[in-house]
Amino acid sequence: MLRFAPALTIAILIGPVAAGIIGTLLPAFGYLPALGGDDFGLEPFHALFSTPGIATSIRLSIVNGLGAAAGAFLIVIAFTAAFEGTRTFTQIHRLLSPLLSVPHAAAAFGLAFLIAPSGFVLRLLSPWATGLDRPPDVLILNDPGGIAMTAGLIAKEAPFLFLMMLAALPQSQSRESRQLATTLGYRRATGWLLTVLPRVYPQIRLPVFAVIAYSISVVDVAMILGPTTPAPLAVRLTQWMSDPDLTLRFQASAGALLQLGLAVAAIALWIAGERFAALLGRRWIEAGTRSIGDGLIATIGASAMALIVTGMILGGVAIGLWSFAGFWPFPDALPQTLSAANWTANLPRAADTIAITAGLGLAAAFVAVALALACLENETRRNLAIEHRRLALLYLPLLVPQIAFLFGLQILFLLVGLDASVYGVAGAHLVFVLPYVFLALSDPWRALDPRYGRIATAIGARPARVFWRVRFPLALRAVATAGALGFAVSVAQYLPTVLIGAGRVETVTTEAVALASGGDRRLIAIYACLQMLLPFAGFLLAGAITGFAFRNRHALRTAS
Amino acid sequence: MPEENGALCFENVVITRGGKPLIALDARIEPGDVLTVMGPSGSGKSTLLNFAAGFLPPAFSAKGRVTIGGEEITRLPAHERHLGLLFQDPLLFPHISVEGNLLFAVPQHVRGRKARRERVAAALAEVELDGFGPRDPATLSGGQKARVALMRVLLAEPRALLLDEPFSRLDPDLRAQVRRLVFGKARERGLPTLLVTHDAADAESAGGVLVKIGDPA
Repeated sequence: MLRFAPALTIAILIGPVAAGIIGTLLPAFGYLPALGGDDFGLEPFHALFSTPGIATSIRLSIVNGLGAAAGAFLIVIAFTAAFEGTRTFTQIHRLLSPLLSVPHAAAAFGLAFLIAPSGFVLRLLSPWATGLDRPPDVLILNDPGGIAMTAGLIAKEAPFLFLMMLAALPQSQSRESRQLATTLGYRRATGWLLTVLPRVYPQIRLPVFAVIAYSISVVDVAMILGPTTPAPLAVRLTQWMSDPDLTLRFQASAGALLQLGLAVAAIALWIAGERFAALLGRRWIEAGTRSIGDGLIATIGASAMALIVTGMILGGVAIGLWSFAGFWPFPDALPQTLSAANWTANLPRAADTIAITAGLGLAAAFVAVALALACLENETRRNLAIEHRRLALLYLPLLVPQIAFLFGLQILFLLVGLDASVYGVAGAHLVFVLPYVFLALSDPWRALDPRYGRIATAIGARPARVFWRVRFPLALRAVATAGALGFAVSVAQYLPTVLIGAGRVETVTTEAVALASGGDRRLIAIYACLQMLLPFAGFLLAGAITGFAFRNRHALRTAS
Repeated sequence: MPEENGALCFENVVITRGGKPLIALDARIEPGDVLTVMGPSGSGKSTLLNFAAGFLPPAFSAKGRVTIGGEEITRLPAHERHLGLLFQDPLLFPHISVEGNLLFAVPQHVRGRKARRERVAAALAEVELDGFGPRDPATLSGGQKARVALMRVLLAEPRALLLDEPFSRLDPDLRAQVRRLVFGKARERGLPTLLVTHDAADAESAGGVLVKIGDPA
């Protein structure tokens, strides 16, 4: 049984992507007999490129998406270069870790509640500093340049890349390299950039690519913060795909293919940038440049990180306040009354949605954890070495823009009658949950001291017993945390839920995003709160499970 | 007080952890001389080096000052102290060639690609590694790595050497050879050298003053 686990996992990672791309490819070239497309041709692409504003949509997708990815990356690099090994660094780590489980849409709402013309920031500053007694008539959210959207993406992706960086640093002899560079006269950040970054970067490269692919094809954040006339490409594609006019699906599929091409182009552009940076770095190394703007790097890194952390926290506070707000006129900093009325009125109606969200999350997380454990246990029993190529496979669903294969997958599910069902949606969630669960579980699993298993085997325990009685309990904390992470990833899924669920499977995330255009802040706040509370509850549960299981085991209770 | 000549001085240095004294040193190391601090692991001897080099972890606090040629270095940021630090591992940067590793150390006042490369070539020749510049550091033997690491430190024109058990990871037959090389270069260049070790043979080979410190905490 166990032997088939890796194959099954790979099938789950590759199958939907491959099938989905084929399912996108055919209608993109006009072939979809069910909708009357019998001939291959370029008609869908003509239709796509003759849509008004399509050039702007493409530009917003690639420029803002790549800008957000580069922004998040540079902030993380600057901050780490200037502060690794300091107390500030540890403190930011503590603050950012919990923020990682906040779904994209909730983070975007938090930012919207902060920076809107009638948002928290202007309320705190008005009227004493700005002289405003009514919200200014400026387009801050949904600005045509997509600045708000880019900021929202940076705020969400920087914490992700930061935590990826933290996972990679211990394998890079960073402290020794940094100290050595310092004794040779290099300033702190410069020494880090020239000696540690070249070794850390290969390890965070795939996550960076995933961030690029995600940012240029993002839908939920773009719907909340992004421009509307026209919207970025992925948003328009989603609208066409959900349009009652089924003929729009041809041009939507062509657009999905274009989105895939854009992702490839963006990553290619990034790789060219890598080459250039490497060349520059080599020059600096050979010239012995002791400082390349050290002060500036530290200032940018520190202020941008501080802005992100305070922004995310204040955004959460604003969401919480709105969910309990009674009358709250501008420019009052706080609501005049607080009441639970919003909650009591809306929670019963949201109960079904919460149950579906939790059910999908639990199912996807459970299956993902089981598969990951089976693969890892198989690896352990056979003493297999870890292949780096496999890792790239794990990232596949994160490197291909969701929209490029979810369209095709939707059509395939339609053909087999799985569309609009919770099973179909749970399956689609699994594709995105599995990589995160696997990544979260594999490092702690591989770090388990192999001698425990060998001792148990030497005593005479069968492999199954060694797993259940020795390795699984030792890894329980990591297993529970990986499960909670998988649950959080599932809760945050927007596009797979909307497309595979055909709009009929509603989760707190799809509800929250659907409310975005409506402007009922109290209701938005409630769903955004639920979006944050569900993952939080997952991590709480994971902690409780480990705490209970190890209530008399000091060494494991305090283990890292 | 003798005239200032580039000696490395520890003046009433006391390092404490959580209020408890860990290690104390009051010593003067003349240029070309070696002072060996010997003690078991956990005795705080590496902490002493970290203090001098500017890497004292926040859990520790220190009193006293370290000077070179009369200038107090404990006030300077770590990158301006110009100390040559050698660790147990050679720590050659794996992402650049041997030559790149050495170019990294050549001070900035040496201008021009040609001049910088000449320095590096001369340094390689000095340790009989002519032509090793383009090599990947990973392909070098243990002794070759140790020699490159030493030259990297010396190319940066340090004012003193701090050695943190730099020989302990080497094979016994290599150890004596590398020891002779390191101490020879230090003497040749007139560098005051502080060596911390737990190996009595290191101390003996260094030939200078020996300070033994306490039991492990």
